[in-house]
Amino acid sequence: MSSWAETPVLARTARSRRTLRTWVTRDGLSTLAFLLPLLVIFGVFSWFPIGRAIVMSVQETNLVSVPTFVGLDNFGAVLADPLFGRAVANTAYFAFLALIFGFPIPIVLAVVMSEARRFKGLYSALAYLPVVVPPVVSVLLWRFFFDARPAGVFNSILGALGLGPLPWLQNAGSAMPSIVLEATWAGAGATVIIYLAALLSVPPELYDAADVDGASIWQKIRHVTLPHLRGVLFLTLILQLIATAQLFTEPFLFTGGGPANSTITVLLLIYHYAFQNSLGGDYGMAAALSVMLAAFLGVFTAIYFWLTRSWSTSS
Amino acid sequence: MKPPFYKSAQRGAPQAERGLVSAAEWRQRRMRWTLRSIHGLTLVFLLIFGLGPLLWLAKASITPTQDTIRTPMALWPNGFDLGYFARAWTQTHIDRYFLNTVWIAAGSWFVQILVATTGGYALSVLRPRFARLLTGLVLATLFVPSIVLLVPLYLTVVDVPLFHVTMIDTFWAVWLPAGASAFNVILIKRFFDNLPREIFEAAQVDGAGPFRLFWSIVLPMSRPIVGVVSVFAVIGTWKDFLWPLLVLRNPNIQPLSVRLPTLQPTTELDIFLAALAIATLIPIVLFLVFQRMFLSGGALSGAIKG
Repeated sequence: MSSWAETPVLARTARSRRTLRTWVTRDGLSTLAFLLPLLVIFGVFSWFPIGRAIVMSVQETNLVSVPTFVGLDNFGAVLADPLFGRAVANTAYFAFLALIFGFPIPIVLAVVMSEARRFKGLYSALAYLPVVVPPVVSVLLWRFFFDARPAGVFNSILGALGLGPLPWLQNAGSAMPSIVLEATWAGAGATVIIYLAALLSVPPELYDAADVDGASIWQKIRHVTLPHLRGVLFLTLILQLIATAQLFTEPFLFTGGGPANSTITVLLLIYHYAFQNSLGGDYGMAAALSVMLAAFLGVFTAIYFWLTRSWSTSS
Repeated sequence: MKPPFYKSAQRGAPQAERGLVSAAEWRQRRMRWTLRSIHGLTLVFLLIFGLGPLLWLAKASITPTQDTIRTPMALWPNGFDLGYFARAWTQTHIDRYFLNTVWIAAGSWFVQILVATTGGYALSVLRPRFARLLTGLVLATLFVPSIVLLVPLYLTVVDVPLFHVTMIDTFWAVWLPAGASAFNVILIKRFFDNLPREIFEAAQVDGAGPFRLFWSIVLPMSRPIVGVVSVFAVIGTWKDFLWPLLVLRNPNIQPLSVRLPTLQPTTELDIFLAALAIATLIPIVLFLVFQRMFLSGGALSGAIKG
């Protein structure tokens, strides 16, 4: 950082002569005026709710009666809920499947696309298009594609190939993989663009050197391209884990958590606790589960920021 | 036949002088055909999977329900009737939900830009003593996944602290929380950090106060970054589902994303699919117009926010 960034531009020359009155009249007030939107909005809608989440997790609250301190009871109640284990297992299963589908496809696409000599823009535009479609629209559209009747969209394609029909969302075994299929379609494009940008940073000299050594294309991918992408790959892996742990819209709209709770996720369970309880929302339990998930994800987020930070300063 | 490397040399993009495949390899006939067919296959794959579902939606929204149900995979529409769009627009009141979405997006955009530019300006240019602490507090919220806020934020909106009013069923419930995006503030602050200080000093010498400096110099210089934040703000609001579902319960003020799932059971398929197509239109148009913003690594930012 250069030196001018260290000194405030509008700062007075002599700091010692500053009195409260000059501070208020000179630029203290205007600084405050500029900070006001940020302070109010972050205060009310970010800092306050974060603190409140932690407080609520050790309280019994339902908006009707006065909140009472219950210690770790909410956490105990969540851990004792049989749906909790189910939701965690389902979310982990989703993350696992999303990794199997969603990790290799963008890498292959990006490596091939970066070598294209014509229509480069067309490739990336096509790959990115599903990302901008509103999730609700893609889920509702795919719900129609997943029609379990033999005449359904996907089943008629399978039928033409002599396969199927598959039950898709109707069956506890195939519901989650179906959701992953849609989620991969909706998300892969964003990852492809990240990899494409990373591929541009591979130094051409490395490829030159590999050519001199007589490396085949496959060997160049294996020993030059992929090692160079390692950092970005790890980064997107963490981002993907953070995103999949917060899965909501897809299972909520596709299956509502069914069939037989096979697609209930952690976030869906939080929603159930807080907003779909006939006895009034159990906000304490919802907050306890949120705090647990946040603590778990906090580890990944910290790794992510630590990595991006050390990279941005080194380059 | 002309050697194919001649073309890439002509384009001369600075970073992409060469890629994985060397010029010598491009000259080999067999290699060239293999690579070309791989690219052709990839293009077909992207066309089918990237564009296919959307083309299907476009086709299905101009064909009658019966055709779509009986032969969903017919390649060419059996008729061409834009009437489904008109009926979705008027009969199922997609017009109202569309306008709600536009209104929600516009307000969220304004709040996000207001908070990020004024806040970024104060933290980067005015730099009060506690600027570093405040920047840290804003940054810290990036570490907190948005789900933690779901329940407490909802309760905050139900009964706003200090003011004791409820924002439920008003657009404010979506507009104001949208402004608390640490990502926007940090992005804009970093941009301001890199603006040349000499210009600010010159402006000060000419007698410009902090407001004048902000409005006449800093803002006009930051059009590129404000543009990026704007496009992502609008698209983000358009895609949002869970939050508006929670705080906007009155169907008359709900956006498309919240309204569409509840409309499905009571709407005829052809009209419903036309409604889906309408809901997709604005984001796709924004994407096509501002392609470069999305495809130049801006996607990374979108991924963090989600």
